[in-house]
Amino acid sequence: MKVPYSWLREYCDPGMSPRELADRLVMTGTEVERVTVAGPPAAEGFVVGKVGTAEQHPDADRLRVCTVDTGDGERTIVCGAPNVAAGQTVAVALPGARMPGGEKLRKAKLRGVASEGMILAADELEVGEDHDGILVLDEALAAGTPLAEVIPLAEPVLEIEVTPNRVDCFGVHGVAREVHAITGAPLAVEPWAEDAPAEGEKHVSKLASVEVKVPDLCPRFTARAFTDVKIGPSPLWLQARLAQAGQRPINNVVDITNYVMLLTAQPLHAFDLDKVPGGALTVMTARGGEETMTLDGVERTLDAETVVVCDHDGIAGIAGIMGGGFSEVSDRTTRVLLEVANWNGTNILRTSRQLGLRSEASSRFEKQLHPDLCMRAQAIASRLLVELCGAKLAPGTIDVAAEPPPPRTLRLRAARVEGLLGMRVNHADQTDYLERLGFGVAPAEPDLDVTVPADRYFDVTREVDLIEEVARVHGLDRHLPTTLPAVGDRVGRLSREQRLRRRVEDGLRDLGFDQAVGWSFTDPGEPGRLRIAAEDPRANPVLLANPLSEEHSAMRTVLLGSLLDVAARNLARGAERLAIFEAGAVYLDAAPPVASGAAPFERLAGAFRGERPAPATEPFRIGALAVGALAPASWRGAAEPADFFGLKGVLEALARQLGAALAFEPAQEPFLHPGRAAAVRAGAEPAGWIGEIHPLVCRAWDLEAAVGFEIDAAALLGAALAGEEEFEDVTEFPPVRQDIAVVVPEAVAAAELVALVGGAGGESLREVEVFDVYRGEQLGEDRKSLALRLVFAASDRTLTDEEVAGLREQIVDAVEGIGGTLRG
Amino acid sequence: MLERIEAIRAAASAAIGGAGSTAELEELRVRYLGRKAELTTILRGIAELPTEERGKVGGAANRARKELEALLEQTAERLDAAELEERLLADRVDVTLPGAPPRPVGHAHLIARTTRLIEDVMVGLGYVVAEGPEIEHDYYNFTALNHPPGHPARMLQDTFYVQSHPEVLLRTHTSPMQVRAMETQPPPIFVIVPGKVYRRDSDATHSPMFHQMEGLAIAPGLTLADLQGTLLELCRALFGERREVRLRPHFFPFTEPSVEVDVSCFQCEGTGELPGGGRCNLCKGQGWIEILGAGMVDVNVLGFVEAHGYDPEKVQGFAFGIGIERVAMLRHGVPDLRRFFDNDVRMLEQFS
Repeated sequence: MKVPYSWLREYCDPGMSPRELADRLVMTGTEVERVTVAGPPAAEGFVVGKVGTAEQHPDADRLRVCTVDTGDGERTIVCGAPNVAAGQTVAVALPGARMPGGEKLRKAKLRGVASEGMILAADELEVGEDHDGILVLDEALAAGTPLAEVIPLAEPVLEIEVTPNRVDCFGVHGVAREVHAITGAPLAVEPWAEDAPAEGEKHVSKLASVEVKVPDLCPRFTARAFTDVKIGPSPLWLQARLAQAGQRPINNVVDITNYVMLLTAQPLHAFDLDKVPGGALTVMTARGGEETMTLDGVERTLDAETVVVCDHDGIAGIAGIMGGGFSEVSDRTTRVLLEVANWNGTNILRTSRQLGLRSEASSRFEKQLHPDLCMRAQAIASRLLVELCGAKLAPGTIDVAAEPPPPRTLRLRAARVEGLLGMRVNHADQTDYLERLGFGVAPAEPDLDVTVPADRYFDVTREVDLIEEVARVHGLDRHLPTTLPAVGDRVGRLSREQRLRRRVEDGLRDLGFDQAVGWSFTDPGEPGRLRIAAEDPRANPVLLANPLSEEHSAMRTVLLGSLLDVAARNLARGAERLAIFEAGAVYLDAAPPVASGAAPFERLAGAFRGERPAPATEPFRIGALAVGALAPASWRGAAEPADFFGLKGVLEALARQLGAALAFEPAQEPFLHPGRAAAVRAGAEPAGWIGEIHPLVCRAWDLEAAVGFEIDAAALLGAALAGEEEFEDVTEFPPVRQDIAVVVPEAVAAAELVALVGGAGGESLREVEVFDVYRGEQLGEDRKSLALRLVFAASDRTLTDEEVAGLREQIVDAVEGIGGTLRG
Repeated sequence: MLERIEAIRAAASAAIGGAGSTAELEELRVRYLGRKAELTTILRGIAELPTEERGKVGGAANRARKELEALLEQTAERLDAAELEERLLADRVDVTLPGAPPRPVGHAHLIARTTRLIEDVMVGLGYVVAEGPEIEHDYYNFTALNHPPGHPARMLQDTFYVQSHPEVLLRTHTSPMQVRAMETQPPPIFVIVPGKVYRRDSDATHSPMFHQMEGLAIAPGLTLADLQGTLLELCRALFGERREVRLRPHFFPFTEPSVEVDVSCFQCEGTGELPGGGRCNLCKGQGWIEILGAGMVDVNVLGFVEAHGYDPEKVQGFAFGIGIERVAMLRHGVPDLRRFFDNDVRMLEQFS
């Protein structure tokens, strides 16, 4: 909302600079985005001039050489406007004047003739859009009169961002009332206090009729009729106001409707009465599916919830949003039907969104105006139509109104004001602030009974709304104390899961991985690039109804895609190696694929689940991806690129930090190398995958090779024992270490052998670790030797050699049981 | 014979003392104490000497051998040390070459780091941390936060909706967790909610995905002044101990009164001017930087959870929402919101 300062001051002059006022408005809840200047930055150098002579330029067809009296004598000005003529009273910029935009006007030679100034058109002063001809002023004005006395120049304009609750501030008068409230400067008599005289011959009921078929959607419809209307340009002051407020001047009737809307926040619409057959209007909902042409020349299809204003021939306008083209006011209009109506805001908002059509009118109606505003607008517009268009107002007003909303009186408790704000505002101040804002106030000791005015009816509905009014006018910046809530018995802390999650992030960071935060969005083609089969739940992401782009139209079902995106981007930028991780959610429509008993991660952290289950499953995942070596190359050489075991080592190190036991078994994932992929279990729970990324997937992301894992945080943290370990005495009874090498068939996985040995060794066998793998001819085909380090210990005694030998025997027996032999 | 022994001892002693290397020393050991050495031969022949000579010669020869052995050992130590030193001196490296890099340490993302910073401040003020779903019901995101269906306030935030469910959306703020939290726990409640949020908007200062931290405090007697004090503590922790905050009345549907909160500019100390003159670019000469939105929880919002113990006549409180990226941008001078999700490792690695 652009508020020209002089217009504002007509109703309330705060006696301070626009900048000072803007600061005060900002601190009391009216956001002033900026203070600009409409027209030239300063009024100096702009005067009224009288054209003495206007002769054809000797060397230019389109230029005229004029002599102009500017009060300080005659000067020569070359002018390009076709309508300049001797005897005109014109607006002149003298050399040295600053033009809008800031540049200084200089003396100039135009085709050989010196020009000492410029005769101005409306757009050059930013008081209108007309550039076709110069401004012709009232001839009664004396030459040399400062132009600022005729036209507002260097007009400060407050650009206000009106919050949706304050529809009253979509009118200059509403802003003036606000200024009155916060500064105490007097407020002028309401501009609608005086109506126009009704001097028309016929009563309005003879000229027009209105039927409202949908009173719930159209609580009030008022109409007045005007005859003898003379259409023409608006007077300069009106054009200037509109231009400064950001509205294009069109003709006097349309300008008046816009002016009154900008003043009162109540939109109006003028029909050419002669184009409304029989003057009969009907307000109804559209049938649904019909098309109509709006004033902006666009053909629009209406649905059955759209409210329309119809005449006998069809739709004359979309209610509250935009009029139709046919019955609009034109140069030939002589009779006007002025509609000032009240509409259901929710319906207007809905229709405006459905049509993708927002207008000055709809942006006000959608916030719900009070029906009382209609007659204010009728009164001001009627006066202006009579004064500026020579119109005669037909006696009477058509007023089709549903039951008006009941008056609203609220009890404002003094104790509540102080109790909510933590700031005391005395009775007299509260009363003063509210009355200045237009509320009616009656004492109800020790409280107040406050009646809400029409302008604030839908905004102020509760006691707390009044408290806000009192607080902001009182001045939070000036009076609000700074205190802290009493601590009471509350304790702030992170939950164990939250602490462990930090540990995961820190752990991966310490293992050399940079943290990435990827987009939750992806494109629906990503599962395909990851070779995920169509029937896999991960190939069926949650899709957005209104994405910004196809690339961001689906919610990711795996972290891998965004990690690959990050890797590809970084490699394209010249990174030679990369180790990244992300800790974040993926989004699944149904239960997660790792659902076998695994509780979905408590995003709804324990105590704060709420009553309605979340609409989607959002497992929290830990994903990592490495491209190239895990350490950077140096002058001493380069490390091998990370492979399956390189990354598995990282994951195992991470798990050790958490005290979580992970198990790995061969598995298939569509996006992984089929021979170098494992399913990961944390304790008994399936937790995710680790593996080398399939070469075809790498190719889709322009990567040569990569290795990654993606682990469900719930499963990993569920298996974590960190913080819950119990002491075991390892000092008193030293352990016994033994190394054995066993030859087993290739098909026996290392983990199987370890499990077998672990079982055979009993509880005294504390550790089994593979420390070498050997294959060679002397072992025979399809056989391998695994070297195991065994650690035996007991918590209550030192094991004897005989005990250990016995356990070792059991182990060897077990190994032989699966076709293995002890080597060497 | 005794003279001979003395002559050998003297000669050997001189030779050993003058040995220049361990190799030479070994040679001398063989020459004077080896199996064919004269002294060894003498010692071996003692038994054949006349009885009266045996004692004297034997004693002298043994003394000579022991002395020489001791001298050899001593000299060997000296020579070893000298030779080691020489070898070490020859074994030089160019100490100006770069060190061998250890396995590198990774970097926390600025968003994660900033989130933790705020969490830690608020935990210290007695709050617990909750998270919630990002795909959320319209009910929690709007309706229960006093944005009735068809209300223009819904237009303030352009919302992504889910295709298959018209009533399901990507949360536009972390505020839905206010309602979930209050449904779950009766007052008093002091909770913060970090997380991703989504709005249909994209430019240098708007990203369709960004992060917020919600704060909610409900208890009997909490006031707007308490909100100001809480935010002052938070802003000082984030932007320095000399910061001040100011509350500007504003409008949010789910708080009343609502405020926008400014923090005094930490670059120009709130003066709007830089020390060297000229307008402060950070606060644009205002001296204040808008940092978050907040307010007293609207009685209508409490009305939605009244059955859970939130009678607006008995409890009241405040809520605030702070943009994590906004804080990170201010603290670290990041110019464009979208950079956070670009994940350029050259940027990630600037922040340890």
